[in-house]
Amino acid sequence: MVLVAATGMVATFQPRLVIDPIVPLGILFLYLLAFAFGWMAGQPPATLEGYEPATAGSRNVLAGALAGLLGGLCLGLLLIAITVFDLRGVFINMSPELAEILGFGLPVAAAVFVIAVASAFMGALGAGVHLLSRRVRRALIGALTAVIVFSVLTDLFGQLFAGLSLEPVIDFLYTGRGGALTIIGSVVIFGAFIVLFWWMEGRDSTLRQRVQAMPKGQRSRWQIGAALIILVILYFVPRIMGPFVSQILVTAGIYLLMALGLNIVVGYAGLLDLGYVAFFAVGAYTTAILTSPQSPAFNPEISVLASLPFVMVAAAIAGILVATPVIRMRGDYLAIVTLGFGEIARILLNSEWLAPVFGGAQGITNIPDLQIGPLTFSTPQDYFYPIFLFVLLAAYVTFALQKSRWGRAWMAMREDESVAEAMGVNIVTAKLSAFVVGAILASFGGSLFAAQIGSVFPHTFDIVVSITVLVIIIVGGMGSVPGVTLGALVLIVLPNLLREFSEYQFLFYGVLLIVMMLKRPEGFIPSKRRAQELHTEELSQDAWLEIYGEKGQAEQVPEGAV
Amino acid sequence: MPMLEIQGLNKAFGGLRAINGLELHVDEGEVVSVIGPNGAGKTTFFNLVTGMETPDEGSIVFDGQDVVGLRPNQILKLGMARTFQNVRLFPAMTVLENVMVGQHSRTKAGLFGAVFKTPSQRREEVEIEERAKEVLSFFGTRLAGYRHDQLSMVLSYANRRRLEIARAMATGPRLLLLDEPTAGMNPRETIELTELIGRLRSEKGYTIVLIEHDMQVVRNVSDRVVVLDHGVKLTEGSYDEVSSNEKVIEAYLGRPAELGA
Ligand SMILES: Nc1ncnc2c1ncn2[C@@H]1O[C@H](COP(=O)(O)OP(=O)(O)OP(=O)(O)O)[C@@H](O)[C@H]1O
Ligand SMILES: [Mg+2]
Repeated sequence: MVLVAATGMVATFQPRLVIDPIVPLGILFLYLLAFAFGWMAGQPPATLEGYEPATAGSRNVLAGALAGLLGGLCLGLLLIAITVFDLRGVFINMSPELAEILGFGLPVAAAVFVIAVASAFMGALGAGVHLLSRRVRRALIGALTAVIVFSVLTDLFGQLFAGLSLEPVIDFLYTGRGGALTIIGSVVIFGAFIVLFWWMEGRDSTLRQRVQAMPKGQRSRWQIGAALIILVILYFVPRIMGPFVSQILVTAGIYLLMALGLNIVVGYAGLLDLGYVAFFAVGAYTTAILTSPQSPAFNPEISVLASLPFVMVAAAIAGILVATPVIRMRGDYLAIVTLGFGEIARILLNSEWLAPVFGGAQGITNIPDLQIGPLTFSTPQDYFYPIFLFVLLAAYVTFALQKSRWGRAWMAMREDESVAEAMGVNIVTAKLSAFVVGAILASFGGSLFAAQIGSVFPHTFDIVVSITVLVIIIVGGMGSVPGVTLGALVLIVLPNLLREFSEYQFLFYGVLLIVMMLKRPEGFIPSKRRAQELHTEELSQDAWLEIYGEKGQAEQVPEGAV
Repeated sequence: MPMLEIQGLNKAFGGLRAINGLELHVDEGEVVSVIGPNGAGKTTFFNLVTGMETPDEGSIVFDGQDVVGLRPNQILKLGMARTFQNVRLFPAMTVLENVMVGQHSRTKAGLFGAVFKTPSQRREEVEIEERAKEVLSFFGTRLAGYRHDQLSMVLSYANRRRLEIARAMATGPRLLLLDEPTAGMNPRETIELTELIGRLRSEKGYTIVLIEHDMQVVRNVSDRVVVLDHGVKLTEGSYDEVSSNEKVIEAYLGRPAELGA
């Protein structure tokens, strides 16, 4: 909490009211942290099979309160420190305004007391949640989350309701478009979601079971129907959401395209490529050079669409170029070398020496819009569709390759390179092909990016892009297409939707990464195999049972939670 | 002409001569056991033959072709497949996938075919799967049915060893190199595996080289026994000849608790 306050987040968040006029975002954020501490501290220990589940009791609440209190006291100390000394020389964010915010305008001693009590209370609440029955707990937490989501994403919902011509809803829930929630609005949302979650409990799984139980023909008809409905909704998304949100979605789509490509290289083939942005740059610059009249060296001025085959070839060559020197390299070495490649690409694009071709720091401008037949794509809303199409294509390619000779060879190579080779996998072609496929997907992303922005500059192709794409697949779930998709949505869309948040985007990534590694190392939506891989301890026990249950019927029982 | 012929093979790790002037041949249809105390160089011998290590000197001729300097995948394709002493499966792949990987070098669908699902790729994919199932059915109910889709890491130890043999069989070899296939198995499983090795030869027609510490197994399956110590071939011959050889007894007695470990 101290860290959060000290980094200035609270002060930036403060002007934004969550519920007008009583709850400002900064304070809410702080005390939600206390709530989370309490929640973690109050978590009952994991239940072992065959043992009585530990019932949560007052002990857990106490632990939660303590955790909250601890956080609160630290915050109090910070407050005292701010008021007594002038810390601004060291920490620019520790201003008297922060003291004012933290202390609710009270005198210091009273403020410290209030903070401590409030934090302890929130901590206890967080822990107390465990005492409730599952259904109540879900409904409460779900509804609370809904209120927070509605308030924080006020721009998004404002746009949504406006796009659907439901302005009265905005006026009812919010203090104007993009404003904070009204008290009535938040109560209504809270109530509605309590009812919704209460009603939903158990129903989603029964629905799933019903679909599973259907005869095959009927089930696939249902699935096609569901897919069609989703497509129709997606068709209307950019129209309703307007340019601001569409632009964010387009950015997320381009990142997703890259993430799906990197997922093949890292997730399947196990080749940690830290210079992935180079392939993105190859795509962007190939399109720029071939289409822009401003291209310095030669300018055939073909259309963006016509440039795509060339982009593919260029990317394949780039993939081979990067892969060749690293063929006999493994693990860390490979990561470092590819990191070098990424930087070399950017420096070359930026250099004076190659400026006659790539335009140096000025880049290449005047890239025409994407045109397919009579259709011209110019606005972010327009670009949503082709990017969506490419993402679908990438997802298909991923699935197709996964269940093929190549997908298996990549996975074998990831699991154990020397054994894969001893079992007949040609490591050279396996590595080259993984890099080439990954490079082509990323280059399409770069090509669409160049067409949409209309210009390319070397500084865009920073190492940060590589890192972001990598974080997307780690957080989302390596090797899993739905996971990677969710990762892109969370990591690209969320920070961009929260205006106040974007400043802390990388802090957010860092915290998210740490929390994920501790709590869910397999990612949001892991591929089945990775989830198992990271939870093998539970399974080894069953293997033990099988060996020693030899005479019994243990052989007949499937092992483990498979 | 022998199927596998090794002459003047040398391999040193730093100052340690792991394989020292080894001469050895294996004829078609034979089961040859390689025995010797720990650190005798048995596994190193397999590594050299399969191309996972490069010899310092000597020739390894398989089917009339010198394989020294070839990559392991090229050697495998010639018809030599191995298992590992310390079981090296692909843990996060299913049982079936492990066996399917074994067929990589015998199949040829390209990236294009895999992405566009060409008819020939689909046919090949079906064949790969059927062949994998057929190979697994060789182990009776041990690796059948629901086990196909289990990750190999959840298998019991004995089943992992069986799966390694299945994966090697799927590569379509003529010579199988098995590195301590019964290590870590209980007596019942050991007997079962001994029978299985017999069936590998009689039903599948493989020539087999076997590294083994369990003397019961060695006696039951081998036509010929080769004894290694300090990288040198002490002697070779039938089980009875070898087990009464004085040099062999000495080598084992020098380091007790080896026989029948
Ligand atoms: N890669 C290596 N680097 C260095 N020394 C090695 C290497 N591989 C094997 N050795 C050494 O070579 C000698 C022979 O090892 P090897 O694994 O071939 O023995 P082994 O006969 O298979 O023994 P065991 O019965 O224990 O499996 C040992 O002393 C070992 O330490
Ligand atoms: Mg060995």
